Amino acid sequence: MFDVHEMEVNFGPQHPSTHGVLRVILKVDGERIIDAKPIIGYLHRGTEKLFEHMAYPQCVPHTDRMDYVASATNNLGFVETVEKLLGVTKLIPRRAQILRVMLSELQRISSHLLWLATHAIDIGAMTPFFYCFREREQVLDFFEAYCGARLTLNCMRIGGMPEDTPPGWLDDIEAFCAKFDAAVDEYESLLTNNRIWKKRTVGIGVLSPEDAIDWGITGPPLRGSGIEWDLRRAQPYEVYPELEFDIPIGKNGDTYDRYLVRMAEMRQSNRILKQCIPMIKQTPAGDLKAKISKVIRPPEGEVYHSIEAPKGELGYYIVSDGKTQNAYRCHVRPPSFVNLQALPALAKGHLVSDLVALIGTIDIVLGEVDR
Amino acid sequence: MSEQPPPPAAPAAPAPAPPAKTADDIKRDPLVAAAIARASDAILDAKEFAGEITLFADRDRIVEVCRAFKDDGFVYLVDLAGVDYSKFPNHTGPRFSVAYTLYSFQKNARVRLRVWTDETTPIPSVTSVWKTANWHERETFDMLGIVFSGHPNLERILMWDGFNGYPLRKDFPIRGIDTGARIYPEVFPEGGGPKAGSTGKPAADVNVYKGEWKKYGTWPLAQIGGGAKPAAAPAPKPAPKPVAAPAAPTAPVEVVEDADV
Repeated sequence: MFDVHEMEVNFGPQHPSTHGVLRVILKVDGERIIDAKPIIGYLHRGTEKLFEHMAYPQCVPHTDRMDYVASATNNLGFVETVEKLLGVTKLIPRRAQILRVMLSELQRISSHLLWLATHAIDIGAMTPFFYCFREREQVLDFFEAYCGARLTLNCMRIGGMPEDTPPGWLDDIEAFCAKFDAAVDEYESLLTNNRIWKKRTVGIGVLSPEDAIDWGITGPPLRGSGIEWDLRRAQPYEVYPELEFDIPIGKNGDTYDRYLVRMAEMRQSNRILKQCIPMIKQTPAGDLKAKISKVIRPPEGEVYHSIEAPKGELGYYIVSDGKTQNAYRCHVRPPSFVNLQALPALAKGHLVSDLVALIGTIDIVLGEVDR
Repeated sequence: MSEQPPPPAAPAAPAPAPPAKTADDIKRDPLVAAAIARASDAILDAKEFAGEITLFADRDRIVEVCRAFKDDGFVYLVDLAGVDYSKFPNHTGPRFSVAYTLYSFQKNARVRLRVWTDETTPIPSVTSVWKTANWHERETFDMLGIVFSGHPNLERILMWDGFNGYPLRKDFPIRGIDTGARIYPEVFPEGGGPKAGSTGKPAADVNVYKGEWKKYGTWPLAQIGGGAKPAAAPAPKPAPKPVAAPAAPTAPVEVVEDADV
């Protein structure tokens, strides 16, 4: 039974700061959270079931719909897993590999910009929203120029890339990169030393490194807790071994450190993009597809492959029966699903208004949590 | 597209097959040898594919095996996924398998543990080893109906409480099932009925409009690209038929060759 001071409050599912349809049942004592129970599944679309009934190339557009603000990395994870299953990872042309890296880094920037915009507006800072969307709009324009879509890109194919870069695209990105660091400075000038921002984020939702590993946390929340681990460095794919970038880490594992990590990651993504542009200009135009069979029928076996998505480790576990052209089973390991699990542990003892900051700092996308 | 279409039956560039390793060879792999030594008799079999090691463990001792691997540096449970093998070609043995993907920071490598089970036999839960197993096991239970014993709150996570069926089982139809019965028992009789959104009448009578159908006017044809075609008199639209919304039969999805790759 309840203590007289305790009560149960529903947070969501229709609440703008839950970033989708997340419902959290809160047990509160006044404003203080005693317990939190996330309820998910409102956006469940049976993606894994659909994967079992479609040929591998047909699955790629469905991966867009999972983390719909970072669809390029979803595509990348899926096509790389199928390529690993086929054993053709080494055959992917260099130009296609660089293009994949460029698209995923642009995607990381746009995903982090959306995160910053919404996280700041959740906490009460309105201005960064407009600043972030100014740059995000340009990134989405690059996607639109490349593949015609802005959110659900469907921009990668098993064995390569569908299109070459449009004329002038690389120069536009170069111009964007040249001024993006200044834009990040601008966001930071609004928040990093802002007294209100620090009051709302420093010491909120502290995650120790041990707990982070125990909860299976990956991505910026893990690095915010001080563990220097990034799949782009630990198990590099595509052309990441040739690229220079740092892995930013935090010290205290609180919301403020996770904010700093993501801000630094945007700068690192920009640094990677700057290195990619001369690299891709050296490769022959049009060399985008590996010579693999058009019918994709992998041998019998199972693989797990994961990439560093903007939100953490995005993994695909595919079981192939060797007979058909569709996956016997395709399980997705979404970073948001795993990271969200730690929300009750983070929220205990904090105020209800801090829950909004905590949901923002985990950076969830419910399309990916529910699949 | 100057590529020659390859013969469609050929498997796409199979992985270069090294001489097949025996299970004992794989168990001696330096990656896993130390961990296996801690619980060697609980590892029943081993397999390697695409450079990934899969170890088949004794179901009842999976917690012990996981602990042994965790003590040996595989501190991180990456993923936990259930598979329904009931339609797998030439498969014999238990119906379900659960795959635990572990990662070691020191060795920078993953290893996969697998156990077999059937519809009723529970698998010991590894939530005591990793907190992150909690939601993974709930999801596996929700999607496949695999039971984990010792789990703190084994309840549905993606589907709602009271959902009847396990969506990722191979015998679950891809078009879905009638789900109205449990939500609106007064409208949807227990044990089936028409699809959700109808009224509980027999499927043939659902949404049948008994009144008169109004004739729609003719719409001007859209002119696309200069409109070279003369606007032919459009055929009068047949009155829209009442749709009884029968569920589409579960035809196997046609496999289409991807012309782009």
